Amino acid sequence: MPDETLNTFESGTSLGMDAFRRLKKNKMALFGLAFLIFVSVIALLTPVIAPYDYAEQQLWLGATPPSGDHWLGTDYLGRDLLTRIMYGGRVSLAVGLAATSVALLIGVMYGATAGYLGGRIDMAMMRFVDIMYALPFTIFVIILMVFFGRNFILLFFAIGAVEWLTMARIVRGQVLSLKEKEFIEAAVSMGVRRRHIITRHIIPNTLGPIIVYTTLTIPNVMLLEAFLSFLGLGVQAPMSSWGLLIQDGAKQMEEYTWLIIFPSLALSLTLFSLNFLGDGLRDALDPRASKD
Amino acid sequence: MVSFISITTSVKSAHMTQLILRRLLMGIPVLLAIVTLTFFLVRLAPGGPFDSEKAVPPEIKKQIEAHYNLDAPLYVQYFDYLKGLTRGDLGPSFTNSSYTVNELIRMSFPVSLELGCYALIVALFFGLLAGITASLAPNSYRDYVPMTLAMIGICVPNFVLGPLMVLVFGLELKWLPVAGWDTVMHKILPALTLGAMYAAYVARLSRGGMMEVLSNDFIRTARAKGVSEAGVVLRHSLRGGITPVVSFLGPAAAGLVSGSFVIETIFHIPGLGQNFVNSALNRDYTMILGTVLVYATLIYLLNLFVDVIQAVLDPRLRNA
Repeated sequence: MPDETLNTFESGTSLGMDAFRRLKKNKMALFGLAFLIFVSVIALLTPVIAPYDYAEQQLWLGATPPSGDHWLGTDYLGRDLLTRIMYGGRVSLAVGLAATSVALLIGVMYGATAGYLGGRIDMAMMRFVDIMYALPFTIFVIILMVFFGRNFILLFFAIGAVEWLTMARIVRGQVLSLKEKEFIEAAVSMGVRRRHIITRHIIPNTLGPIIVYTTLTIPNVMLLEAFLSFLGLGVQAPMSSWGLLIQDGAKQMEEYTWLIIFPSLALSLTLFSLNFLGDGLRDALDPRASKD
Repeated sequence: MVSFISITTSVKSAHMTQLILRRLLMGIPVLLAIVTLTFFLVRLAPGGPFDSEKAVPPEIKKQIEAHYNLDAPLYVQYFDYLKGLTRGDLGPSFTNSSYTVNELIRMSFPVSLELGCYALIVALFFGLLAGITASLAPNSYRDYVPMTLAMIGICVPNFVLGPLMVLVFGLELKWLPVAGWDTVMHKILPALTLGAMYAAYVARLSRGGMMEVLSNDFIRTARAKGVSEAGVVLRHSLRGGITPVVSFLGPAAAGLVSGSFVIETIFHIPGLGQNFVNSALNRDYTMILGTVLVYATLIYLLNLFVDVIQAVLDPRLRNA
């Protein structure tokens, strides 16, 4: 019988379970997670469940306030706002995920290489990151978007290329400090192979900060996309994105308040959720880290 | 004793001067790299400033291009541009043909700088106030209220906040004008909108920094000695507590620059941000290069300035 108690104890203390237990206590983070799942499901199902087509114009309607037929109203071309917000969410989320993946890929590989090799190579690689930090990146993204067309794929890469720097710094710092830890030394002295040390000991320990920073990068990326679309440099009509809808709404908010309120709410609530989830994950995965 | 102190301070300041000089020199290749990158990026892209929907007779187009030296080989144009830079000449504006780029920047940059300074003041004043208040009473309503506000400030982007401010304070309540840059009243809404997000970050960072310092033993000693709460904050913890805020000011400066593009568009402010966006849309090569150069220099100098303040606040960073 005592064996069983021992087993239940052991099964309850895996890293993931432990973190999830802590996350469950954080109400705001759970709310964020729930809202994000809701938004993602809607985004996935949009082509099926959207009440209208995103470009469908009912010109005789013009801009109408929310009603039974159009829950969130229509814009001046008679396009259904709910539909446009749903399609806009797809675009915003897709850009957020894709560009973050680009940043993640470059950042983790670059940072891990620099941290693992150390020495002069590390110095050179990090100086390069320092210089990149000094460049006015938003300006370059704007120039890129203007001159090479408002290309969707380019948008991913341009944003991803901006966001990888911080990721590289974080991963490098982690790897650097992990290399010196006693448990790595212990593993080395026990004759564990290098490949095993990297996959079993170093990577799992960098995963926490990477997950946390990824959750916090997605809102930054979505913000940048919305910023570009707001300036008219991102997604182009009749396609839809939250930044574009906000820009459209801002132009006519005097008469048609709902056109700015609903897209703003969609974007802000999503950003809220991502930030709360990121904060919650940080507290859950790294209890020692302070709030800021 | 007196001479000993003066020697250490002079050594210190000599070290600082050296650091500043070295960083200033390092700025030259960085700026050169930025100018080169921008120059070729802009030139290699399809489309030019004199492509228009109307068909212009080829002879006339040729003449215009010859006038602006656009018919020379690209590398010649590049070195001509650099030659101009050494004299501080940024060239003529292509689309605003009656002005040079220098004139356009001279007209619009002070406006943007003023806006940026106001936004920074808003950010530091409200941010520090909220952050310090929160840190003194953690996990009470005095912590939760400002920190929730800060979270909202971070999640509501300025291009959402701007129109909402215009809607509420300009169009509904009619308290403040919504466009232009003439009187003090015109400057309130743009400054608040641009500064809000940075106030939120400053609040979170200063809360974290202050909490860390306040948990030290020397703070307990100070309180035990009977130092007033104001004394604890101002004399004992502020210097250490705001270092995270100071290091944030570098990235914040870059953020304020891109924020100004949006704010100047929303509030119709004749600043450099609006000029930059328009010049990019119009493919006004020289104007783009000029504004990028101004922004890059500004961001570089601000980062340098931040590093110097950090070294002053934290002596451990001086040898880095």
